[in-house]
Amino acid sequence: MDDAIIVTDLVVERGMTTVLDHLSCRMPAGRITGLLGPSGAGKTTLIRAVVGVQFVRSGTVTVLGRPAGSRDLRARVGYVTQAPSVYSDLTVLENARYFATLAGADAAAARRAVDEVGLKSSRDQLVGTLSGGQWSRASLACAIVGDPDLLVLDEPTVGQDPVLREELWASFRQRADNGTTVLVSSHVMDEANRCDRLLLIRGGGLLADDTPGEVKRRAGTTDLDQAFLELIRRSASGADERDVNPAIDDSGGAHRLRHPRTHNPDTHQQDSGDSPVRTRRAAS
Amino acid sequence: MNTAILGASVARILSQLRHDPRTIAMMIVVPGVLMGLIYAMFGGAGPTTSSVLLIMLGLFPFVIMFLITSIAMLRERQSGTLERLMTTRIGKGDLLFAYGIAFGVAAAVQASVAAACAYLLFGLDTAGSAALLVLIAVMTALLGVGLGLLCSAFARTEFQAVQLLPVVVIPQILLCGLFVPRDEMAGWLQAVSDVLPLSYAVDALQQVGANADPTVTLWRDLIVVGGCVIAGLALAAATLRRRTA
Repeated sequence: MDDAIIVTDLVVERGMTTVLDHLSCRMPAGRITGLLGPSGAGKTTLIRAVVGVQFVRSGTVTVLGRPAGSRDLRARVGYVTQAPSVYSDLTVLENARYFATLAGADAAAARRAVDEVGLKSSRDQLVGTLSGGQWSRASLACAIVGDPDLLVLDEPTVGQDPVLREELWASFRQRADNGTTVLVSSHVMDEANRCDRLLLIRGGGLLADDTPGEVKRRAGTTDLDQAFLELIRRSASGADERDVNPAIDDSGGAHRLRHPRTHNPDTHQQDSGDSPVRTRRAAS
Repeated sequence: MNTAILGASVARILSQLRHDPRTIAMMIVVPGVLMGLIYAMFGGAGPTTSSVLLIMLGLFPFVIMFLITSIAMLRERQSGTLERLMTTRIGKGDLLFAYGIAFGVAAAVQASVAAACAYLLFGLDTAGSAALLVLIAVMTALLGVGLGLLCSAFARTEFQAVQLLPVVVIPQILLCGLFVPRDEMAGWLQAVSDVLPLSYAVDALQQVGANADPTVTLWRDLIVVGGCVIAGLALAAATLRRRTA
């Protein structure tokens, strides 16, 4: 199977903090890859590197065979930032139409995208008057409007009710079935189960890169929540021989020194209360 | 430059304005009200009133467009839409020239209404044509747009953006010839005034006020102002980064 995204030895620093520390991973084409990890682990930074807006210190990110951020990738990548970045003083449809033009699609595509995210009845409403969940769906519509080959979603289902989450995942699955590569960050374990591959990152390094089933088998549990607890516990004590990132295998003390969570300026991360955070406390 | 993307971006910015009727009302009404104030202050129509109104026709669009653009660009940055745009096919020049064109259209409406008020209500009297006056006012507005876009690159918050007004705009107003005629200033002040683009816009307005036909000085002034607009937009595009830390 081809890899849509190949990350090699990626280092990203912000100020004094190393956000991504020699991270390497691959994401298969036409599949849904879930990106998981505690708040401040570097999820958003990795996503920004993939879409080519992150300044990187060293290492390479290859997307669809080209360096991330290349000019000819720009029509092929759909990106939803964590903060729903659409124009609040435009209607849902006006936003979708604008991003359709940027992606080289037409007005009919804009209408379809708005329908697909379930905003048909409020498409003429100003985005600023929508609820938080509707707002982020408007943002999603602007990313899928050009039917991109790669869809990069930073926590797209935050604030969505269970019914809508179900529908959104069904539409991600359908896109993947049609050949789209989907990279989605999440902290909801129920959603992690729906991915084809999982990347678990912590402290800027890769902790696991496997199918959800294999992650659970390795941890010896049937529950993904428990599996992540276990993997993080093992990595903290250096017990897991399959860890890709040697930096993580250092003693827990050194690890904490290198990644002072409270000083990590990755402030887009707002997934407080997610289980890996609790895990970290349990492990230390 | 991609004309479809440039056009869509102009339409998008104008739609944003259209959804904000309060801003439109203020853009159109406020200059007229302020000129009424000047008219009253100087005791009705007369040569002094006329010469002050003439300069005001350039100052209003300059100040207002500077403020609006620097805030609009900062909003793009803070809302994350700029980061998203930078992952799409839009060129940095497309985005900035779209702002220039869209706000130029808004400025043309504003300047036309303001000029109509000045001529019809407050006794503005110019030797040259009203159309030329509006053209200069729009160019001055574009000067505000260009400087606003450029300055927004140096502001991280709205507080900082607003404070660029006293830094960038007010010195130009003080030295443009409104308070003291430029040729009566001390030599070093004249030299400073000579490098500030607003001085040329005001000089162009005064040329229209005093001469029935466009003078060579007028064209020189317009070329200087136009050059500054292009330079401002190009510099703003150069300071825009696709990749950030």
